[in-house]
Amino acid sequence: MARQKLKAIVINRDWCKGCGICVHLCPKKVLELDGSDKAVVVRPEDCICCRMCELRCPDLAIEVLTEEGEENA
Amino acid sequence: MPKNIRFVQGNEACVEGALYAGLDFYAGYPITPSTEIAELLSERLPERGGKFIQMEDEIASMCAIIGASLTGKKVMTATSGPGFSLKQEAIGYACMAEIPCVIANVQRGGPSTGNPTHVSQGDINQARWGTHGDHSIIALTASNHQDVFKMTVDAFNMAETYRTPVVLLFDEVVGHMREKLIVPEKGELEIVDRLRTSVAKDVDYHPYLPREDGRLPMSDFGGEHRYNVTGLFHDMWGFPSNNPKIVSGLLRHLVDKIDNNVQAITRYKEHCLEGAEYILVSYGSSARSAIHLAQNRRSKGEKIGVLELQSLWPFPVELVKEKCAGAKAVLVVEMNMGQVLTQVKAAVKNPDRVFLANRIDGKLITPSDIKQLLRVIQGRGV
Amino acid sequence: MAVKDYLRERFLPHMWCPGCGHGTILNALVHAVEDLQLNKNEIVMVSGIGCSARISGYVDFHSLHTLHGRALAFATGVKLSRPHLKVLVPMGDGDALAIGGNHFIHAARRNIDMTAIVMNNRIYGMTGGQFSPLSGPGVKATTAPYKTIDNSFDVVELAKAAGATFVARSTAFHVKECTEMLAKAILHKGFSVVEIMSQCPTHFGRKNKEGDAVNMLGLYRDNTAKLGSKALEEKPGLIPRGIFVEQERPEYCEEYDKIIAYAMKEKIS
Repeated sequence: MARQKLKAIVINRDWCKGCGICVHLCPKKVLELDGSDKAVVVRPEDCICCRMCELRCPDLAIEVLTEEGEENA
Repeated sequence: MPKNIRFVQGNEACVEGALYAGLDFYAGYPITPSTEIAELLSERLPERGGKFIQMEDEIASMCAIIGASLTGKKVMTATSGPGFSLKQEAIGYACMAEIPCVIANVQRGGPSTGNPTHVSQGDINQARWGTHGDHSIIALTASNHQDVFKMTVDAFNMAETYRTPVVLLFDEVVGHMREKLIVPEKGELEIVDRLRTSVAKDVDYHPYLPREDGRLPMSDFGGEHRYNVTGLFHDMWGFPSNNPKIVSGLLRHLVDKIDNNVQAITRYKEHCLEGAEYILVSYGSSARSAIHLAQNRRSKGEKIGVLELQSLWPFPVELVKEKCAGAKAVLVVEMNMGQVLTQVKAAVKNPDRVFLANRIDGKLITPSDIKQLLRVIQGRGV
Repeated sequence: MAVKDYLRERFLPHMWCPGCGHGTILNALVHAVEDLQLNKNEIVMVSGIGCSARISGYVDFHSLHTLHGRALAFATGVKLSRPHLKVLVPMGDGDALAIGGNHFIHAARRNIDMTAIVMNNRIYGMTGGQFSPLSGPGVKATTAPYKTIDNSFDVVELAKAAGATFVARSTAFHVKECTEMLAKAILHKGFSVVEIMSQCPTHFGRKNKEGDAVNMLGLYRDNTAKLGSKALEEKPGLIPRGIFVEQERPEYCEEYDKIIAYAMKEKIS
């Protein structure tokens, strides 16, 4: 099966309330809060597309967009 | 074709009227003296594909019929004083969310548990102001079974017409007494069906935007239009709003849609009223005694008449004022401490000549109870 | 359809506080509905009053925001009159089990086909942090400045005893589990109960020194364990998560249809 590859993490800044759940519970520390306390993607290359940020976000402000990656060896 | 003549209790006449009006769904809880309504409907509704459910309490019964009404069904519940008290919050919800439903209150003595198996008319004001906050409400009543039937049909029609809860204020005597009822043929009485929106699928539907004639077409839950229903003040889509303009506009609408139609809603009967010097204003089972007395005294040449009210809320102020204008005295005959008396006094030109003929001991007021008081007022002694 | 297609986007951002678990429950619920590819016209969401109850405004279903504690009673009217509709009833802990406790046990007893979601944050949030029947003893609240002495209900045990035919528990930390449970509960024929422990950092967390939302979610991770897991065996004091009951029993609306069929036949013969 093809592995999911990250296309983009879309953050709806109007909906984000800056609780930090995505930042602290991301297993790869992909996200951070910026100066206005909104989640931003800082290390997209580390994202493993587990979608936990999208699913846990209490503000429904995160969408993880993926595409089919290379076949698993 | 032979007429469908029945010998029934008042509660059964109410059931027949509800079924005639198109009742689909009943939720209730047992309470004296209204229980027969639930018992009969548990048998009659499923026979015609309708639904009956005995809920866990009075509150749940009121809530369940509101839920069912939103799916497009004609709904009712029945209760008596204590249950009527419990239902009040949800009745207010139906006022606010404008959900058609009918609540029959077969009155017994109160307050509290009171006098479950005995008659009273003590819930007139509760029907008007039982739920909190400003609102208006329709309450109908009847003194005989033919009228119980008719008023029940009217209650369903008005609930649909004005998108509002309608209270049927019956009482223990009317509810339990047996007399003749002629069930009208289909088509004899007008039936108002649910006014559904003609707005097409995928076009913005406004559940709370009145048409020019003031009516609000509905869309059934489960249909093409998904909208919100709430007990909060809400905008024309049904979504909560505390915008002062929307709040005051909605409250005005809730009151005006009923109060401005008082003439269309008013139901009454006149008995020997022409040229009457003494007018008995009455309703429900106490009107039976008032009518009996008036008819009896008329035959002896006394000018006594009865104005029988069949709609108590909105109170028919103009009607009472007009009918009582020429009277030497007005006696309000009722079985409470003067709940309609207050309304009549406020309506007539000369409130000092309005007297209360009441009985509050759980017994039906009799013609001689009224006669005694009338003689005192007439200056003839007892 | 995408998750957003199930939301009324014009009402977002929602009114819940930053880090409120209720938002995560909404998130899990719309994901569950998306996974099931349900028709929005056939879903009715009935809620009561409180923070939890506001959930019904954000979903693009038929939505009925009712009275405090009465959501299940309203929902019973909706469901019995239109049994083909999917009825979802999210409730707060006070809503479901204090003022609405009677409706909760009776809906379970009837086994009427609907999904009750108890959004359990152990506090009355909307009114500013009073203790609820799920707070349990030793909790600080605005009405328990010296800590609570009231015991709490166990939602799972209560639902089981009352006759619910699907009973599950998860937390706002375990979102995948939550989503799966909700999907299963929605598909279940009968009365299903899903308790989801939901953090209230504003009132419960602050008063009880449980820290912020992230910290409270950490407590859900550390203080709960999956049913049948080794962790639970070793530490029976942990709060069990999982599906506790999943059984078939006659469903109320279907049983009533039999009554109708019988009554109609009796009338004709």
